[in-house]
Amino acid sequence: MAILNSKIPEGPVHLKWSKYKETQNLVNPANKRKLDIIVVGTGLAGASAAASFAEMGFKVKAFCYQDSPRRAHSIAAQGGINAAKNYPNDGDSIYRLFYDTVKGGDYRARESNVYRLAEVSNAIIDQAVAQGVPFAREYGGYLSNRSFGGAQVSRTFYAKGQTGQQLLLGAYSSLNRQIGLGTVEMYNRTEMMDVVIVDGRARGIVTRNMLNGKIESHFGHAVVLATGGYGNVFFLSTNAMGSNGSAIWKAYKKGAMFSNPAFVQIHPTCIPVHGEFQSKLTLMSESLRNDGRIWVPKKKEDAEAIRAGKMKPTQIAEEDRDYYLERRYPAFGNLVPRDVASRAAKERCDAGYGVGSGQAVYLDFKTAIERLGQKVIEDRYGNLFQMYEKIVDENPYLTPMMIYPAIHYTMGGLWVDYELQSTVPGLFVAGEANFSDHGANRLGASALMQGLADGYFVLPYTIQNYLADQIGVARMKPQEHAAFKQAEEEVRTFINKMMSVKGNESVDSLHKRLGKIMWDYVGMARNKEGLELAIKEIQKLKKEFWEKVRIPGKADSLNTELEKANRVADFLELGELMARDALMREESCGGHFREEHQTPEGEALRHDEQFMFVGTWEYKGENQEAMLHKEGLKYEAIEVKVRNYKK
Amino acid sequence: MSDKNINIKVKVWRQVDANDKGRFETYEVNNVSTDSSFLEMMDVMNESLVQQGKEPVAFDHDCREGICGMCSLFINGRAHGPDTLITTCQLHMRKFKDSQTITVEPWRAKGFPVIKDLIVDRTAFDKILHAGGFVSVNTGNAPDANAIPISKPAADEAMDAASCIGCGACVATCKNSSAMLFVAAKVSQLALLPQGKIEAARRAKAMVAKMDDLGFGSCSNTGACEMECPKGISLSNIARLNREYLVANVTD
Ligand SMILES: Cc1cc2nc3c(=O)[nH]c(=O)nc-3n(C[C@H](O)[C@H](O)[C@H](O)COP(=O)(O)OP(=O)(O)OC[C@H]3O[C@@H](n4cnc5c(N)ncnc54)[C@H](O)[C@@H]3O)c2cc1C
Ligand code: SF4
Ligand code: FES
Repeated sequence: MAILNSKIPEGPVHLKWSKYKETQNLVNPANKRKLDIIVVGTGLAGASAAASFAEMGFKVKAFCYQDSPRRAHSIAAQGGINAAKNYPNDGDSIYRLFYDTVKGGDYRARESNVYRLAEVSNAIIDQAVAQGVPFAREYGGYLSNRSFGGAQVSRTFYAKGQTGQQLLLGAYSSLNRQIGLGTVEMYNRTEMMDVVIVDGRARGIVTRNMLNGKIESHFGHAVVLATGGYGNVFFLSTNAMGSNGSAIWKAYKKGAMFSNPAFVQIHPTCIPVHGEFQSKLTLMSESLRNDGRIWVPKKKEDAEAIRAGKMKPTQIAEEDRDYYLERRYPAFGNLVPRDVASRAAKERCDAGYGVGSGQAVYLDFKTAIERLGQKVIEDRYGNLFQMYEKIVDENPYLTPMMIYPAIHYTMGGLWVDYELQSTVPGLFVAGEANFSDHGANRLGASALMQGLADGYFVLPYTIQNYLADQIGVARMKPQEHAAFKQAEEEVRTFINKMMSVKGNESVDSLHKRLGKIMWDYVGMARNKEGLELAIKEIQKLKKEFWEKVRIPGKADSLNTELEKANRVADFLELGELMARDALMREESCGGHFREEHQTPEGEALRHDEQFMFVGTWEYKGENQEAMLHKEGLKYEAIEVKVRNYKK
Repeated sequence: MSDKNINIKVKVWRQVDANDKGRFETYEVNNVSTDSSFLEMMDVMNESLVQQGKEPVAFDHDCREGICGMCSLFINGRAHGPDTLITTCQLHMRKFKDSQTITVEPWRAKGFPVIKDLIVDRTAFDKILHAGGFVSVNTGNAPDANAIPISKPAADEAMDAASCIGCGACVATCKNSSAMLFVAAKVSQLALLPQGKIEAARRAKAMVAKMDDLGFGSCSNTGACEMECPKGISLSNIARLNREYLVANVTD
């Protein structure tokens, strides 16, 4: 596939990155000052990239939709971040972290990228500690580790249940330092509305000022998108309310190809849905599976009695509990990867053993409290227990938590090569927004690692390799440049078109309808018939959106309904592509489960001969079917196996 | 779970923009599940305003799980409403009674001008941090993470101070509109760790100067901030800030 040149350096996997760094092009300090980089998104990936670029001497403009970079969705990450430090001396290594990540991703990630990720993971921890990130420590003063799913070593660093917050505040503090020095210009409450392409290269973006609706454009010699994941296509997810797919979707429509859109992670431990007005789902960190045990009643009558409110979980005797993960996967037990744990919960609930509304299972700390005492559990998970109690109004120290899987993370995203450059030259993509490292399933504590790896340690090198031959390109003036003016005009037309529908249905209501289609047919279990139906239904809904959406207020002022409408308009198109991708992939792998393709025991069944590729889609125009390109995956350092967490 | 429905009246602040004087308006919201969150109740209210062709009430929110610090709101005279150690997005309707009138206002402080309805401008907090809320270390400069052991109590205390979410409840609650608790949390976190200790005095001085500059009031130790802080940031941080500030002025 000539069209997708992944630019993987030659040589053995463990030498690729050093070789790349030794031979890449660099930009000298005097020239760096003449080069502008636009960074859209200031979560872990964007903030770390923007700060690092500025420290190196580039001029940076950074953008986020919140009122401050500190509020990016990364702030909500709870459990931890992986690194191959092997401080616990339990047999970890760069190779093992690499191996676990490729295996966890069900052999659908690009080997070279994942190896590099594992390779730079240790430097992230060093960097964060130097910034003052208060990771948990042991009494001796050294860093503490815990375990996460899909691993048999303890390699996860954490800061209470607030690891994402602390890492983001670390990156944000570096960003703040540069803003203070005047090397980064920060645009808060500014939404990216389009990418500007000049002579085939990304040269800037069009933005909407969310306070006054002003449409503007900005020039950059290169553009980085670090805008996060698109899980909110399902309406209900663990993502922040404003998380969206719009930035990458608009880039897709300008020529950046989209990979594996159907690869969505469903997190097994979230607080179950409580009612129709629910706006989002709350995650209970995976770290809880270190000490919590997951179960449902063994007997259907017990499950029924619990659902009817006639029985309490604490009344069920030990021998009447089915610790189904420990039963099915003795080697990993409660710490199997997320896709496996989620499907197992669904299987039990579908079979009639669910508790609560029927769509819930127990996560129980009884054994751990007996073994370690309540104080230790409180130390480890206090804030999560408090969060649970505030939401559910039950004390999880006394009665088991109820949990159920929910949409959490999107492995798919814009296609990028080894340098994190998309199919549009000059357009780079980092963090959850790209597809690169997690294959068909992401392991816990590796999104933070990837976001920061991209921003601190990968892009600062690779972007120079691109910029080295851009030194001669003079800064463009958006106000005078035809391509910028045209892109602005297109955005204005798009907004006016939405505003002038003046229908009778709210954006949220349309979004919820989309979410239901997605959850029912493009969710945890998928099949041909359902996916075909979903495509039709989504197309119908898209039509309805453009006939019925009602956006009160004006376009040239703060207008939260307009912001949401812009995102939902894109979700409607992205949702369809997700369904198409899921339909194309006639196998089960990682988070993508096609009911037609499973083993007799109900495990995912891959078809490597046909599907060991990255499914990459090219936009072909409004209402045209996207075109599929395949990037074949080669595994040289790893033997491809059937994923087995049983032994 | 309690799971019943209540009918309430929401008396909410409406203001078109910074130049508008603003006024209260009251809306009835019926059949609110007590299991829903306060912001979900606001969603229901807004949905019905949109249905009526009216502009919904603008309010800030994002994570809806108490960590991003984006939500705000003065509810029945209290920052983040009638519960402790939570943000507005974590407040649940079970804290309210049937047929109750709930008053909802934006943060009111000179440092946080109203933008629209319940949305205020908190960028002053960012500006304070630009002035010194960091350790001056470039990417790639760091030694091995375990090179400098840090005692567990110091790390834990730094972590507690670092929990601040930058919501601004402390400022909104303080009769002087002082930002001392917010500033102290950052100064403390970094002063407690060897990595941040080196610049501690300079940092304290720069951040306090910026805070004064931006129109926040001075601290008269009423302790109201600590009581309303959703993250339980302790007043002892202010004492530590004062010490660092003193050192900075002595060494000058
Ligand atoms: C509840 C929860 C817990 C998690 N826990 C963990 C964990 O323990 N460990 C782990 O490794 N991972 C965890 N994850 C996943 C991880 O947090 C995310 O994948 C990661 O933080 C994404 O970082 P990011 O920088 O790519 O994007 P984000 O942090 O989502 O940042 C996106 C940025 O883009 C901006 N943006 C978006 N769209 C636009 C636009 N159109 N215009 C302008 N700006 C825009 C936003 O303002 C924001 O600044 C968790 C996720 C959730 C939801
Ligand atoms: S100190 Fe507390 S109240 Fe003040 S901004 Fe921080 S978290 Fe909010
Ligand atoms: S919305 Fe994030 S703290 Fe409330």
